[in-house]
This record gives sequence, C-alpha cells and structure tokens, in this order.
Amino acid sequence: MFRSDPLEDDLQDTTMRDAFAARASALLDTDPRLAVVLADISTDKFRDAAAAHPHRVVNVGIREQLLVGAAGGLALAGLRPIAHTYAPFLVERAFEQIKLDFEHQGTSGILVSVGASYDWAEGSFTHFSPRDVALFDTLPGWRVVVPGHAAEVPRLLDEAVRSDEGVYMRLSLRCNPAPHHTSGGGLTVLREGRNATVVAVGPVLDNVLAATSGFDVTVAYTNTPRPFDEHGLRQLAAGTGDTVVVVEPYLEGTSAWLVSRALADRPHRLLSIGVGREELRRYGTADEHERLHGLDPNGIRHRVRDFLDPITASR
Amino acid sequence: MNVTFEATRELARRTVSDVRHPDLDPYTLDAIWVLYDRVLRVDPQRLRDPARDRFLLSKGHGPSAYYAVLAAKGFIPAAWLDTIAHLESPLGSHPDATLVPGVEISSGSLGHGLPLGVGVALGLRATGFHDARVFVLVGDAELDEGSNHEAMAFAGTAGLSNLNVVVADNGSASLGWPGGIASRFDVHGWSSATADMTDHDALHRAFTTAHPDRPHVTVATTRP
Repeated sequence: MFRSDPLEDDLQDTTMRDAFAARASALLDTDPRLAVVLADISTDKFRDAAAAHPHRVVNVGIREQLLVGAAGGLALAGLRPIAHTYAPFLVERAFEQIKLDFEHQGTSGILVSVGASYDWAEGSFTHFSPRDVALFDTLPGWRVVVPGHAAEVPRLLDEAVRSDEGVYMRLSLRCNPAPHHTSGGGLTVLREGRNATVVAVGPVLDNVLAATSGFDVTVAYTNTPRPFDEHGLRQLAAGTGDTVVVVEPYLEGTSAWLVSRALADRPHRLLSIGVGREELRRYGTADEHERLHGLDPNGIRHRVRDFLDPITASR
Repeated sequence: MNVTFEATRELARRTVSDVRHPDLDPYTLDAIWVLYDRVLRVDPQRLRDPARDRFLLSKGHGPSAYYAVLAAKGFIPAAWLDTIAHLESPLGSHPDATLVPGVEISSGSLGHGLPLGVGVALGLRATGFHDARVFVLVGDAELDEGSNHEAMAFAGTAGLSNLNVVVADNGSASLGWPGGIASRFDVHGWSSATADMTDHDALHRAFTTAHPDRPHVTVATTRP
C-alpha cells in the first residue's frame, strides 16, 4: 500500500521537517531579515507563517530553478533566505543556480532539503539524493548540517539563521531514537575504545552504536559534517592507531578526502561506509534500502569487523 | 564624469578588441545608456543605498556597453576599459559584482538574471523599499532558457510591479518567438511595450510606462 504522504512517518510525532517548519515559522516572527521560499513542498506547514508574513513566505510553485534564483535575489536585497524542497530538486536540479546565484554573487543562504538518500523508497531514484553532500564539497565554505533527530533541528536552524555563511540542512525521516547536541559541530565522543575511531554522521548513529556493540572502538557523533572536525579527528585517531571508520547517510566516501587531509602526515587506515554509487532500481521501504546499502546494524558490523581484522576476514 | 552618448560609444570601443562579445555592443549600449542616463535612480557615491534602483545585466553579450556606461556615469575609472580581460583587471567578458563597483550581479551564464531579479524585487517589497525598481536586461535568445519562463510566470502572478525586464531583441533566438516576445509575457499578466532599440526617446517612454500592479517588459528591437 502506498503511503499517503511520503514525507510523513506515522511512528514519529514530530519529524525533522515538522521541527524545521515550526522553528522557521517562529523565527519569521522575530527576525525581519528572514525569508522562506518554497516550491510547493511543505506549503501546508507554512500556511500560518505565510498568512502572517505574506512578503517573506513565498511559494513559487514547482519551479526549482526559480526557487534557488529567487532565494539568491533575496540575499542580494539583504535578506537571509531559506529555500526548501526535495533534495534532488533543490541541489541536483538547481546546482548551477546554487553555484552562481549564491557563491558567484558573494552572497549566501540556507538550503533545507527533505527526502535524503532514500526516505521515499517507493518513489525511487527520482526522489533520492545520496550525492548531495558530495556536490556541496565542490563549493567552498558551505556548512552542511545533517541532524540525527528532530530535536536537533531548532538549534541547528537558529545557528544557520544567525550565520552569514551558506548552510545546507539535510533533513530525513531516518532518525536516531534520541537527539545528541554537538558542541560547535565538532565530533562528540559517545563511546571510547582503542582499535578504531568510528565517526557517525546524523541519523546513522543508532545503527553504528548497535553495530559496534562489543567492539573496542571509539564512536564519535557529528551532525555537522561540514566543516569537518579535522582537529577532533586527529586527536581521536591518535588514540586508536590512526584507524578510522566514517559512516555517512549519503554517498559512500564523501568525507574520505577530509580524513585523508586531516591525517596526511600520519600513516592511517580508513573505511568509508555509506550509500552505494549504483542505482538499485528497487522500491520497498527505507529500511530495506538501508539494508541493501549495508547501512543497517548488521551490514555495518560485518564491514567494521572485517576492516579491523582483515586476516580473519580473508580466511 | 559627465559624457554624451556618443562619447560613451567611444568608451565602449576601447574594450571591443579584447572581449569575446563585441559585435552586439552598439545595440545593448543604447538600452543601458538610456536606463542610466534617464531612468535609474543610482548614484556612484551611494553604491549600497538600499533604496536604489537595481540594474541586472543578464545577457552575455553586453559587458563592453555596460562597462562603458559605468565609466561614463562615474562608477568606474575610464582607464579600466583599457585593461579589459587582463589578468589583473576587474573587467572581463562577463561582469563580476564583487570586483566592479555598481555591478549588481555577477553574470554570464544565461537565464540567471531574471530569477535573481524576481528575488531582488521580492526582497525590496518585503523590506519596504517600494519605490526601488529592478531592471533586468536579457537577450531574445536568452529567453530560450527555461528559468526565464519560471520567473515570468511567477512574477506576473505575484504582481511584482517593481520588476522590469528589457529584452534586447535582435532576432538571434534559434527557433524564434512565434507571436512575438511580448505575447509570452502578456499571457502571464505582464504589462508590455515595444520600442526601436536605437530610438532613445521611444526607449525612455517604454521603460517608464506606468504599470502599477504588474511587472513590465520592454521589447527593444533591432535588426543588424
């Protein structure tokens, strides 16, 4: 049976998108510099805000090039724009607009996506965007925030609105059972060990904790993978034999270049776990896609175990 | 610096040996000149005045004319024109807003100016600068870009009366515009006018046509 709304989850009282819309609406009441641009996605959640601030909550219809271009123009006029829609339409479809209508203008804004890598699994690849963070790595200076829980969203949004930098906020229906607030976006240690530093980004944390149960590894969490906490990683890796695992809820290996840069002066080992590059051409559920990509606890556990004990794994 | 249109044309010629888009500059120059000389409320001494009008050059063929007018109106030194496209020059084949005083947007890739203009117009409306106007200069071939049509449809429906578009129509669109360019804007509720690109009084009348509740397009025609 199809879900009536692919961006809703009956098991979550408040989704990240709910939290975003509520906080953005509240911020619109207090910050006259803030504007929200929509492209027919989430308009119901901004109905009251649009009524209260008709000139600062704008729905351009299903026009994603205009969504980003108009947000860029709002920034040129001195406002702090938030542009919001599905990740593939926001980032991949309109990528040249992000590059030219913000970066090349010398301005910035906040881009907030939903859908993530496979939230609406039955919607298929057209609504998946596992490559979005990798695309942002081609742009200098963008902060990327990947909340792991709806309760992490308000603070991250507050920081984004207060900032003058470009911020990409990647919202998902995938989530951890509890929020974890990080200090300044840095790596937060949740478990200490000696054989590896395992970095978990956003909503994969719960799976990582389950997968590494009984392993002698450090588990560190971040919901702000850009800028990547290279200093924190160096410190943690030094205590685990410079052996690092990064588990990301988007394209596998996206952060590998940053780990390499952080540890360039030291011999090190890295295992990257994330969403595979190939299009699966499968429907089903997000849980099933998570399993197919090896991002479920069992998949992560097997890959980490084999990485830490390659001799045993090769037998 | 207070110079005539003819002197500004000479300024533009100082650049054309080095830039990639020199051939169409004379036509673009007329439109930009009339805007800066008779329409826009801009002042090189108050570049960041939030109440200023905004001119957004979107078409790629036009920087020589744009730079010449900026020099003629005191935004940049005329001497910069002789350095165009050099490594250390702030002037290139496409303008960079972070390098050139008075340039409102960095442009060159077609189809970006009008969506940006929509955003600027929305921003001016949201911040209460109701008298500030936005003028976006696009080419007729540039209208092929779908982003323009997203912007045209939205701006008309939203009644963005502070938004003005100038289409430099030299018939260069590969497939043409059956029914005329203005009709494409008309169906979305825009006000429209046409003028001969070389008739400065006609351009001025078209640019200043009253359009209190809707955006306005001027189709400035020329046939080289």
